[in-house]
Amino acid sequence: MKILAIEASGPVAGCAVLEDGLLIADYNVQFKKKHARSLVPMMDEVKQMLELDLNTVDAIAIAKGPGSFTGLRIGVATAKGAALAMDTPIIPVPTVDSIAYNLYASDSLICPLMDARRQQVYTGIYEWSYGDKKPGSTGTDPCFTVVRPQCVIPVSEIAEDLNARGRSVIFQGDGVPVSKETLARLMTVPYSFAPAHLDRQRAAAVAALAWSYYQDQGDACMVSADDFRPEYLRLAQAEQEHSERRSFSLLLEK
Amino acid sequence: MSDIKKDVTILAIESSCDETAASIVVNGRQVLSNVISSQIDIHTLYGGVVPEIASRKHTERVTQVIREALQEADRKLQDVDAIAVTYGPGLVGPLLIGVSAAKGLCFATGIPLIGVHHIEGHISANYIAEPALEPPFACLVVSGGHTHLVLVRDYGQYEILGRTQDDAAGEAFDKVAREIGLGYPGGPKIDRASREGDPHAIVFPRGKVAGSRYDFSFSGMKSAVLNYLNTSRMKGISVNVPDVAASFQQAVVDVLVSHAGDAIDQYGLRKFALAGGVAANTALRAGMKEMCEEKGAEFFCPPPILCTDNAAMIGSAAYFEYIKGNFSGLDLNAVPGLRLGQR
Repeated sequence: MKILAIEASGPVAGCAVLEDGLLIADYNVQFKKKHARSLVPMMDEVKQMLELDLNTVDAIAIAKGPGSFTGLRIGVATAKGAALAMDTPIIPVPTVDSIAYNLYASDSLICPLMDARRQQVYTGIYEWSYGDKKPGSTGTDPCFTVVRPQCVIPVSEIAEDLNARGRSVIFQGDGVPVSKETLARLMTVPYSFAPAHLDRQRAAAVAALAWSYYQDQGDACMVSADDFRPEYLRLAQAEQEHSERRSFSLLLEK
Repeated sequence: MSDIKKDVTILAIESSCDETAASIVVNGRQVLSNVISSQIDIHTLYGGVVPEIASRKHTERVTQVIREALQEADRKLQDVDAIAVTYGPGLVGPLLIGVSAAKGLCFATGIPLIGVHHIEGHISANYIAEPALEPPFACLVVSGGHTHLVLVRDYGQYEILGRTQDDAAGEAFDKVAREIGLGYPGGPKIDRASREGDPHAIVFPRGKVAGSRYDFSFSGMKSAVLNYLNTSRMKGISVNVPDVAASFQQAVVDVLVSHAGDAIDQYGLRKFALAGGVAANTALRAGMKEMCEEKGAEFFCPPPILCTDNAAMIGSAAYFEYIKGNFSGLDLNAVPGLRLGQR
């Protein structure tokens, strides 16, 4: 099983190749969001470096969102075009999950924060649990578990949720710098911030999480290039206003 | 290049506004497939194209449209000599979908990439419609986003004689249509309403741009319509919508035709072509045809399916770049404000 992973949903452009659980390439750049110009040349460089025969690639994994709408467009359309040409399926990976997956077997809760502007963050809560959550698990393997699925909410709301759980927390992501003051004010449980190499979106994490989906679910984790849709978690502004107007006029009709 | 005699098959992709389109074109003139997935129904809800929604729809449709284009043409990617894509001008989000998908295809196949200027595509639609057409000729490109009077000196060699200083012609149609209650999209609606109206009922000004013979200005004409509507409303006079539509349309057509006529005279041209979505307008076609006949110039106008945004025209423009060996790198970016002739 060979997976080509693409990450372009946020400040990082990246691609990685994972073969049967072995990471053979991981190329990430976080520099002036130039994904439109850098992503495909990076993929091409990796292809050449690995002398990669794309016919041997079984699936393309991609950070499916949420994230920057522009970044998502670039990553998703690139992945779709490549998947069409390579006749491979896509393994969609929730972006926030993939950031959390950078950390392993932590006793703390893991909470990525992606800057979503407008006083909000894309976030979620994750833990490594030790139970028989997976079929065939001995109960001693740490299992990556989604405690609160990715969502877009104010920092204060995720802080409140975390406080109520009474456990220590590790924060990650480009939402950290803009949220630090709020967290300092609101957090009542112990918390810390992930170090630089575990802090952001990373193609290897997308690849590794996709590989774990495949191990658990087999082909069920895959979708065709035609059917794949990114997950924006937000409507386009016009849709938002349109639905607000409609619900307002429905209210008036009542 | 001894293999230049071999047929050149191009897969072209267009997503600069609200149509997701893909096409297979052979030797720049022969269209094997021309698939267009329009989003017009969605944008009609909002009275115009919403860039974010357009981008999302392109993302959903892009691979299916490309797949259909290949299937209809009975071609495989291995048969394709180059992949062409519109990289500007247009809306940045929508452009990025086509550009990124094209680059994904090129990355995976090693097929060379050709970035195409949207307006060059519109002009090239004439090469498809009329296989014998060769430069030099003048071309008026009129659409919702563009109004350009272009001198085509040779394949891929363009000189802009004039362009709009404010609204594009199609944009003015949309705005006026909204004001007189015809709705979106304005072009076809005004065209239809005009057939019932008198084009000389109201005299709207023919917009001129001081000091530049070939430039256009449509915002003044649009304002004149709004003023007319306001004045009528205040005086309690009921407005004859078909008359307003026909008179406004006539004013726009007059300006476009007179500029085109001047260009034919000044440059001694024997051929004149129309292009772009507004080229589907019946009054504009008729006016241009008549003017060209008077001046003894041959008149060309692609059928409506090649006038609206489509990928076949992009495949045609790309062929002439292919012949010259003008290819793009995998770092090709969308350029929303791309100028004609800029590479």
